[in-house]
Amino acid sequence: MGGHLNINHLMFLGQGALWTIGLSMIALIGGGIVGFVIALARISPLKSVRIASAVYVQLVQGTPLLVILFLGYFGLAAIGLKVSPLAAAGASLTLYVAAYLGEIWRGCIESVPKPQWEAAEGLALSRTQRMMKVILPQAIRIATPPTVGFMVQIIKNTSLASVVGFVELMRSGQIVNNSLFEPFAIYAIIAATYFAMCYPLSLFSQRLERRMGYGRSNLAPA
Amino acid sequence: MTLQLDFPAVLERWPSFLAGAALTLELAFFATVLGALLGTLAAVGRGTHNALIAGACKVYVETIRNTPLLVQIFLVYFGLASLGLKYSAFTVAVAALTINVGAYTAEIMRAGFEAIPRGQIEAAEGLALSRLQIYWHIILLPAIEKVYPALTSQFVLLMLASSVCSQISAEELTAVANYIQSDTYRAFETYIIVAVLYVILSLVMRAGFWGLGLVLFPRRRRLGTPL
Repeated sequence: MGGHLNINHLMFLGQGALWTIGLSMIALIGGGIVGFVIALARISPLKSVRIASAVYVQLVQGTPLLVILFLGYFGLAAIGLKVSPLAAAGASLTLYVAAYLGEIWRGCIESVPKPQWEAAEGLALSRTQRMMKVILPQAIRIATPPTVGFMVQIIKNTSLASVVGFVELMRSGQIVNNSLFEPFAIYAIIAATYFAMCYPLSLFSQRLERRMGYGRSNLAPA
Repeated sequence: MTLQLDFPAVLERWPSFLAGAALTLELAFFATVLGALLGTLAAVGRGTHNALIAGACKVYVETIRNTPLLVQIFLVYFGLASLGLKYSAFTVAVAALTINVGAYTAEIMRAGFEAIPRGQIEAAEGLALSRLQIYWHIILLPAIEKVYPALTSQFVLLMLASSVCSQISAEELTAVANYIQSDTYRAFETYIIVAVLYVILSLVMRAGFWGLGLVLFPRRRRLGTPL
């Protein structure tokens, strides 16, 4: 215990907040790339690829992110890779986000109306052409609101990276609290900061959804 | 360095793993039941004409849905402590999880309420059902039936999210894993086992909710179609 909350503490929290945004970006981009592959694999013409990707999604969605983070942190160390908390958190979040985004995007691809697929086939487009020129441009429109909604989940979930020692907003709050011991005030500030990051995205997602007139993006993890 | 896994050294702690899994299920059960009640009340509150109640429910739902569970748990934990109230980690965990899942349930239930056709309510009024009867038979039960799949996946996610309670030393599955790995130095094996246990728990919960759905919604069972 010592002293009061001063500008240095707030600067430190601000730095943590920047790392939260950075880690969220890493998770979004990494998870987006892997998730896109998962989404395509889920509707692959090859049965083995479909099954493998479905198993991946089921396993990740059946495991808490906290356990995945521990697995990433200790697992990479166990195979002899010396990893920084950032690398471990980034890799774990990428795998986690990929499973959810893959499932969301698969749904969006499949919800492109059936006649569009048939028309593309009727015009003798190849599989790749059909996907790139007909299906995906429409699927992206459908996918935008739930993806923006899921970004809120990503930002919130980066708070768990604090347990493997990555100093993002939550961890920096814990560190400040260790020196000041004013937990309620500090965690209230942390909560307000997360809210300030997430709420605009939530509103944006809702607005996009209303404009599209359908879809539900709210069914994502706590 | 090659990877050497030694599962027997960790697996001999199976009674601890089982106790942790049981506590995780217990946490999930209480938080699901209480959270479903709280969430339904909040959804009803959001639909009332009283602006104060509707506003309060909206603030509750949006605040919880836009902040991380970990922060909420710490706020409840230290908030109760700074009020001078001492509760066990389990009680605090149930309270925090209930508050959390209540907000998500409220949002799902609101979607269910909005999906009830206006004509059904008018028809019920025409048949001179009382307000309470209308609310129960025409609005609440059909709404639950409509959103049942979304609700149940939210409750499975809640069970997984309860792993965060290890951070306030509630002795659930992840906390048990943290303890065992620090005791055996077999971190990777421990967390693999725990991950498998969580997958099993979530499959068990899904199967349980599926069976419960068959019992609760006979129409779905007989016709094979949702409402």
